[in-house]
Amino acid sequence: MLEVTGLTKYFSSGLIRKQYQRAVDDVSFKIEKGKTLGLVGESGCGKTTVGRLILRLVKPTGGTVLFDGTDLFALNRRKLLAIRPRMQMIFQDPDSSLNPRMKIGASIAEPLELHGTVPKDERAQKVMELIKTVGLNPEHVSRYPYQLSGGQNQRVVLARILALNPDLIIADEPTSSLDVSVQAQILNLMKDLQKEFDHTYLFISHDLDVVRIMADRIAVMYLGRLVEIGETPDIYDHAKHPYTRALLSAAALGGEIEPIVIEGETSSLIDMPAGCRFYTRCPYREERCLVEEPKLIEVGQGHYVACHLV
Amino acid sequence: MRISELKTCFSTPDGLVRAVDTIDLSIRERETVGLIGETGCGKTVLGLTIMRLLQSSTTVEGTILYNGTNLLEVSEAEMRKIRGEEIAIILQNPTTSLNPVMRVGEQIAEAIRLHQGLNKKDAAEKAVEMLDAVKIPSPSRRANEYPHEFSGGMKQRVMIAMGLACNPSLIIADEPTKGLDVTIKSQIIRLLKEVTEEKAMLLITHDLGVARKLCDRIALMYAGELVECAPAGEIFDAPLHPYTIGFLGSLPRNGLVPIPGMSPSLINLPDGCRFHPRCANAKAICQKKHPGMVEVEDGHFVRCFDA
Repeated sequence: MLEVTGLTKYFSSGLIRKQYQRAVDDVSFKIEKGKTLGLVGESGCGKTTVGRLILRLVKPTGGTVLFDGTDLFALNRRKLLAIRPRMQMIFQDPDSSLNPRMKIGASIAEPLELHGTVPKDERAQKVMELIKTVGLNPEHVSRYPYQLSGGQNQRVVLARILALNPDLIIADEPTSSLDVSVQAQILNLMKDLQKEFDHTYLFISHDLDVVRIMADRIAVMYLGRLVEIGETPDIYDHAKHPYTRALLSAAALGGEIEPIVIEGETSSLIDMPAGCRFYTRCPYREERCLVEEPKLIEVGQGHYVACHLV
Repeated sequence: MRISELKTCFSTPDGLVRAVDTIDLSIRERETVGLIGETGCGKTVLGLTIMRLLQSSTTVEGTILYNGTNLLEVSEAEMRKIRGEEIAIILQNPTTSLNPVMRVGEQIAEAIRLHQGLNKKDAAEKAVEMLDAVKIPSPSRRANEYPHEFSGGMKQRVMIAMGLACNPSLIIADEPTKGLDVTIKSQIIRLLKEVTEEKAMLLITHDLGVARKLCDRIALMYAGELVECAPAGEIFDAPLHPYTIGFLGSLPRNGLVPIPGMSPSLINLPDGCRFHPRCANAKAICQKKHPGMVEVEDGHFVRCFDA
């Protein structure tokens, strides 16, 4: 369904002496139809940029993205616009994702108008259908976003997305601004919708608890690179990379894994260590980790780790 | 500290907001009490009421006894002495709580000078000591930097250093781990754990994971009032109030079972039990009568007719 190979994005800054931030560096993964890949990492690791690159919201530096066999980076603007309805994104903050001066009903009808998929006289009926699918009441149609709660607004965002009948949904921290009891409502809704419409999800999050529930496979990102990728149970029960293990221990989710605690903070994306990017914080670092960048190697069925010590 | 029958109300064009409604809560010496609740339940307002940091138009009733003194009756000058020296508050969102155009060391030194009467040089030295105490690397260099040069986790450490600067005996920490990455969050939790060995703390948070790691007792707040209060272990292992049970059940690791509906507005509270419209076990009486807090076991209080 979605095949990402060698995806790279360098942001440059500075006029005379250019500095490059290697925000996303040689990231590759596949997601099969109807499945969910959880992309996990801390702030600034590049996970949001990966999502935006796939939709071509930012210009890639390198790599390819195959969506159902189509190379997205090779498409011209017209063809890209034609394929975009099939790929949609949910953002973190539902309140700022909606036009504050547009009533909920009009907001949901907007994608139908833009893409002209539903004839004009059937639109109102389609909006009502969508409202029901995402668990809102018909009376919400004439309200404004500020009159709804964060959870309800995220339902509106979902309705707008469903209006286009997409195949791929990129969800960037869709519940991180919601209370836990509401988060549970939205995540359950997303799971139900996936079952019903066979959606493929790229679920971007920093919350390992949430990703565990949502994802079939998990990719862990650190400073622009994937450090580990595997089936969800493999990651939670047999994590190999010290960073993954530290994340799991911090969230008290380690299971049988020996807990490890890391000090310090992520280094900047500009002056990165030449070898392993986790070198500065790794409790197990060795000399070669400083000079040689580890590659992803397969340690089990579909389970890849980038660490010299495994 | 003993809070009794505390009520905080704001009047707004839409009506009276009963943000804190008849709360009784005590915090013993060196005890960490967690105040847990969702957005808009009034937990932050409770913290601000204790510190008397709310606008004068707010109506506050009840008593807040701190070592025998009622904080609601002392003069503003006395209160200013208590703030910082006796009780310190660590506000949420360190980015907006720090002065962006003032060096970090000076901001800490300012509080020390005001409260402890040290001269400029001694206060600056003390500020560096405080930064060191919260484990900021190369503290004397960092003291000369501005807040924008600090990361989120480091700013939170600065806020904690500021709170500790005048050696208070009670700390009110409002969402001290909000917005931090998981690995940084666990570093801050470890730091707070050390701090609370010698001090009492009221930890205001919506994060049960953080509360579990730090608190001796936990109080759950819903729609302006406490619904359950018990030793931390009992809250997790034997919760009694349907809201507590629902809250725990909606966590991803406990099965992600949502509580239907949403929290009521603090202006239009439902009659009877405030949780009854969302409660699966609601009976006729729950719609009519407002349940009181009942001690069901030693030190375990619940506001529910069923308990």
